[in-house]
Parts: sequence; structure tokens; C-alpha cells
Amino acid sequence: MQEQQTAFATFLMRYSPLEVIVVEMQDPKSGVTGSEQKLNVTTIPHVFAGKDIIAWIANKMKTPPEEAHVFGTMLVAFGYIYPLQNHKMLVMCNDTSLYRFQVNPCFLRNQLTNVFDVVAAIYLAKRNIRKKGMLEPYEQAHYNHLHKWLNHKWDFIVMQATEQYKAGKERKKPDRVVFDCQERAYWILNRPPRRTHSAMDCGPERLIDPNEDENMFYQQAIMRSKVKSSVSLGALVKYITTYKTHDPFLAPCQPSNPWQTDNDTYWTLNMRGVDVPTKMRVERWSFSLFELLTDLRGRDDFKVFLKKEFSGENLAFWEAAEELKWGTGSSMSAKAETIFKTFLAPGAPRWINIDGRTMGLTVKGLDHPHRYVLEAAQTHVFLLMKKDTFFRYLKSPVYKDIQKKALSPETHNFSPAQLEQNAQNRSPGIHPIILWQQEEEEKAKTAAASAPVDVKAMMSKIDRKK
Amino acid sequence: MRSPPIPEMATQEVQLSETLAHLKTESDTLKGKLEEERAKLHDVELHQVAEKVEGLGQFVMKTRRTLKGHGNKVLCMDWCKDKRRIVSSSQDGKVIVWDAFTTNKEHAVTMPCTWVMACAYAPSGCAVACGGLDNKCSVYPLSLDKNENLAAKKKSVAMHTNYLSACSFTNSDMQILTSSGDGTCALWDVESGQLLQSFHGHAADVLCLDLAPSETGNTFVSGGCDKKANVWDMRSGQCIQSFETHESDINSVRYYPSGDAFASGSDDATCRLYDLRADREVAIYSKESIIFGVSSVDFSLSGRLLFGGYNDYTINVWDVLKGTRVSILFGHENRVSTLRVSPDGTAFCTGSWDHTLRTWA
Repeated sequence: MQEQQTAFATFLMRYSPLEVIVVEMQDPKSGVTGSEQKLNVTTIPHVFAGKDIIAWIANKMKTPPEEAHVFGTMLVAFGYIYPLQNHKMLVMCNDTSLYRFQVNPCFLRNQLTNVFDVVAAIYLAKRNIRKKGMLEPYEQAHYNHLHKWLNHKWDFIVMQATEQYKAGKERKKPDRVVFDCQERAYWILNRPPRRTHSAMDCGPERLIDPNEDENMFYQQAIMRSKVKSSVSLGALVKYITTYKTHDPFLAPCQPSNPWQTDNDTYWTLNMRGVDVPTKMRVERWSFSLFELLTDLRGRDDFKVFLKKEFSGENLAFWEAAEELKWGTGSSMSAKAETIFKTFLAPGAPRWINIDGRTMGLTVKGLDHPHRYVLEAAQTHVFLLMKKDTFFRYLKSPVYKDIQKKALSPETHNFSPAQLEQNAQNRSPGIHPIILWQQEEEEKAKTAAASAPVDVKAMMSKIDRKK
Repeated sequence: MRSPPIPEMATQEVQLSETLAHLKTESDTLKGKLEEERAKLHDVELHQVAEKVEGLGQFVMKTRRTLKGHGNKVLCMDWCKDKRRIVSSSQDGKVIVWDAFTTNKEHAVTMPCTWVMACAYAPSGCAVACGGLDNKCSVYPLSLDKNENLAAKKKSVAMHTNYLSACSFTNSDMQILTSSGDGTCALWDVESGQLLQSFHGHAADVLCLDLAPSETGNTFVSGGCDKKANVWDMRSGQCIQSFETHESDINSVRYYPSGDAFASGSDDATCRLYDLRADREVAIYSKESIIFGVSSVDFSLSGRLLFGGYNDYTINVWDVLKGTRVSILFGHENRVSTLRVSPDGTAFCTGSWDHTLRTWA
């Protein structure tokens, strides 16, 4: 028993911190205090009470009892400790329930040993027996590797291999040959020798030499511009500070968090199509152009401002470019053509003012449109809006007006009875499919309304009516 | 018929191994140079910058909803943009769409395979995507008619040569990004099922991915069993940044809300924060008492809190700046396998091997 325990301890030492702790728990001096269990006339040694185990864990790891309890349950769940009563309930109970440590390594569910590796090792050991030590070089290499890696399990592996070998010998010769071929084919597929063409050429053993690509990657990585830690970390802190009051986990939602009060006013007030947005929402639009554009209600307000300035074409172009980028492959050429005619062609009705070089590259690219063909132009337009238009918007009467009008809902103060009521009457809201259909209709209407007028078509229509 | 002389073959072998050795030395030198460049710019630690920031108060986070209906382990979930609906998938092949607020099940689909490890809600709210051991990612358009058989309109989009580990729609319903056990990620056109771009570079299974929330929206990060987290350019298919500091499989990656950093959760029981502009790991979230792997991570709206779902059935909440754990949440009766914060940050949802999902606020 002592020998087995030492061997077990050594076996464990190779592995994870979890197993180191399990060994420490069994130390006769500093481990958990054990006792004996009397079962009829037999006395079973080395039993431990759940509460003692949990207390030991809490003390050793300096954690609150609840966490120690969870840890204890993990030890049972993974088989390091097993319960003597209620053996089907693999949890640790914080009372006088009795447990023992699992000593037999074969019964340990060791997460770290890849089962596939054990199966592979058994196969190779069996071949080794059959071939009387004359394995092929790649098999020998693999065998040696597994022998080192699974050394502690080797007795078990050889035992299994011997059993399988004996069972194999008892098969009829034709069956044995077929089975051997099948088995060998399986292993050639799953653990191919080097330089074998395999459809499953992946993983660290694959043929493509990663080193060549790697060196290029490192060279590019060295040349890529990096920023000082103080600058980038400062930016992370700034982001957190800016959004602090908007984070429902850090500051209360107004009027209340629907998950906490079962009242969904917060969501209704912040819907896509509201007439008057909330103050928090309007404030968030000022954080960045990205925020303003991502919130479609904010984008609408921005469009009101742009209309007044007669400079809506930049945003319209940006939106069209987004549609191209994220749209279906089949719609790309049609979209590219419309965009060219509307925004880029000389004399186009909504001509965007971008620098000559970008314009030239974009127009050339449109000969063979792909989804990123407008990338350069789109970035240029976005930066223009970000650095100039956006700030003018924030100072504009349009924005100041919406800021004034914006709602500041009062905090809900539900009594327990009201909260009960709320829980019984949770509103189903509007289904996203319906909202989507409504939005698509709106988009179609605005597109039709703002499309450049085809004078010729209108004239011929009038002629036909005459 | 003479066989080729052995010495010739031996010379070829020697030449090949010399080239490989040369490449390896060059690789090591370059790696060292990259570390040097990174170190030059490393003038301050995160906790130093965080000293000036106010500490967090006490948190009261509770389970607000428990969603029961799956017959087996819940493996994945995603929120709808309406902030209340979710889609979840489980080991028994079932994909369920719920209104988590009312706890009503709205749709249920049975996939032809088990272990549906990935699911995603489309931005329009009109469809869901899912996949797993079938090596595919399929899109199911949703319907207002509860009796409609959704499986009839199923569309097969992605095809991998191994299991699908994660999927995500891009900015529209028309494109899906997937990651797979075959070591690659891929971008697909939903309508035609065409492969638009594939991403090679991981040396083992890719387990997770997340799209950047930035205005350019052209990058995404992936994490794999090779312990690497890679940042990719969606346009060129190139890996533009790579981080290898974890000691085991990376189960989850999530961008910081500003898009300038991302967090990862791994089987090595730690969560880590990587700064993309400084090109380095800047924080490790770990505790001696936490020794079970992290399955899933997500940030709160401001990025101040990092929620992690762990294999020891708990949820740990971390102060991203100060690096301390602010709360530990109990409730699930088995591993937490998936965790996502809602689109407006009012709650987060967890899925577990105990067959349930919970929303917390």
C-alpha cells in the first residue's frame, strides 16, 4: 500500500497543480485528518469527512468556504476522491459524509492524457510484439515518443497490447489479414509517416514547412508600427472612463434594468424609430462618429444635419459602400455600377469630393468590382466626416436641439408587490422580423424618393399621357 | 535496372535539413528582434496606469432567468440585436430560439448531427446559423409562423473537413465567418455558399473567433489548440498579428469594446488581455484557487469588467484594469460552456453542461 502510494505520488508529480494539491491532501502529517469507517465487522482505513476536506482546502488556498466547496466538488467530479455513501452523486457535501482518495491510476480520469495517444500506443506495442521489435522507422520513432510520454501507463499499455495480440491470433487467418490491413490503413491515415500525401494534412506534423512563412510574418511584424504602452493603455482607460456611466453593470439604467424589474420601458424608450431619444443615448452619439453611425437613430439625426448643409453625399456614399462590402456576391456588379453612376462619374448627381489619386484608383478598380473595391474611397470619406463634419454636427443647432428635447426618464421605484405583478406580465415586445420588414419598407421609400430624376423617362411619360 | 545511388539521396536529405536548420536560425533571430522592438515601447504596466482609476464597488449579480428546455449539454449561445432573444445549441442536436425575457421558446430545430458547437443570430434577427460535428455551417431563416418547419428552408453554407467550432455573421446576414477543427477559418457568401476567403496559420484546431467592432470592421481574432491567438485581415487572408503566451488551448477570444485590444480564456485557467497597438500581452487574470479552464469570456459594455465562464461550474468577474477578481458567481450545476453579454450590456447569458441557460444582471 505504501509502495503503491509513493508510485502514485510520483506519477502525479508530473502533472498539473490540481494533482499536486491532491497529493498534499493525503500527506499523513499536513494533509486532511482521516479516520476509519466501521462497516459491519470490517474497518476501512483512510476515510475523510467532507467538511474536513473543505476546511483543509479553504485553509490551504485561503478561499471562502463556498469556493472551497466548489473545489471539493471538482475533485469528486474528476474522480480524485470518491464518496462512500451515495456513490452515484459525484459532489462533495460539507458535512460528515465520508470520502476516500482514488489511488489506482487506471481509474483516474486524467484529463491530460490523450486517449487517442493511448490507443495509438497499444497499437504500436502490439505491432512491436508481432514484428518482434522490427518496426518501420517512422513507427519506431512514434513508438519511442509515446513510450516516453506515456511511460507511467506503459505496463497497462503492454498488457492491453498482449491481450489484443492473443485475441488476434485466435481469429481465422483470412479475417486476421483483413483486420490487420484495416487497422494499418486507419493508422496510416491518422498518424501518417512524414512525406506521405494525406488529405488530412494538418496539425504540427504536417508537410508544409511553416518556417518560411513564419520568417516573413516576423519581418512584417517587426516593421509594423507599434505604439508605446503608455499611449495604448491610456486609451483603454480613457474608453472605460467615457463609457462608465453607460455600463449597466456599473451605473443603473434609467428608468430600470428590464432584467431586474421585469419592466421593459428601457428597451421601448431606446428603440430604433423613437421620435425623442433619451439623454444618455444622445450623449453616447457624441463619443465618436462610429457610435453616431452605429445607432441608426443617431444616423438619422446626422442626416438631418447633413441635409441642412447640403452635404449628404458623403454619408450616402459610405452607406452604399457598406452595402457593397457586406452584401451578396451576386449583387456586387449591379451595386458597383449604381455607385459609379451616382457618386463617382464625372457630373454624377451626388458626386463625392475625394482626391484625384483615390478617385482614379477606385474608378479603375470598378472595371472588375470586388467587395473591397471601394475601400480606399470609403476610408477617405469616413475620415473626412470624422475629422470635420462630425465636430460641426456636435456644435450645430440640430444636435443642441435634440439634446434639449431628449428624455430623462425617472428611476422606477417598484414595491415588491409591483415587481411580482411585473414578473407575471412580461411584455413580448415587437418581433425582430416585423421590425426588419418595416425598416426595409422605409429604406425602399427613401431610396425611391431621393433617387436622381431621370428627365428623359419623365418626359417620355408625359408625352405618352398626351 | 539499377536503383538510384544511395549517396545522392543522402546528399539531398542533408541539403534539405541544412536549409531547414538555416530557416530555423533565421526564425529565432527574427523572433528575438521582434521581442526587442516590443520591449523598447513597453514603458508602463497596466496596473500602474490603473492606479489612478477609482476602485469598483460591491456587485449584486443574480440569476434573473433560467431557461430549461435542452435535453443535453448546452454548448453555445448568441444574442439577437433586439437585446432579449437568444439562440442556443446543444449536444443532442437541438437549436432553440428563445425570448429570454419572457422565457418563451419561439423556435426549435433538430440538426442532423449531435454536438452543435456553434450557433449565431443574424444581425437582422431573421435567421440563425449553426453547425458542429457535421463539419458544416447551415443557415435557417426564421419565421413568424410558429408551426412552420424551419428545417425545410435550411441552407448549407460552409463546408470544412473537420468539426465547426464557431461561427459568426459579419455586419450583414449575407456573410458568415467560421472556424473549424481542421485548423482553418473561412469567410462564406451565404446566398451562394461560395468560399470568399480562407485563413491558414493555426497549427491545430481553431476553437473560437470574434469580429472586430471597429469602424473599419476588416479584422477578426481567432484562438486555437496551438495556444495561439491570431489577428487576421479579412480582405487578404493574412495573419497580421499573433500572440502565443497561453500555456494551453485557447477556448474563447473576445474583442475589447474599442477594438484596440482583446481578451482570451484558456484551459490553463487564465484569462489574458492583449493590447493590439502595443502588440503585447498586458494582463493575466488568474488566481491560485482557480485551476480549471476558462471556456468563455466577454466584456461588459464599458470594458471595465471581464466575465469568465469556467469548467468548475462558476463565473468569475474580473476588474480589467486592476487585474483583481471582483466577484464569483455560483448557480450552474455543471461546466459553464458559453457566456455572452447582451448587445446593450444590461445582462449576460451563460449556457452550461447542466442543460440550462441563465441570464444574470
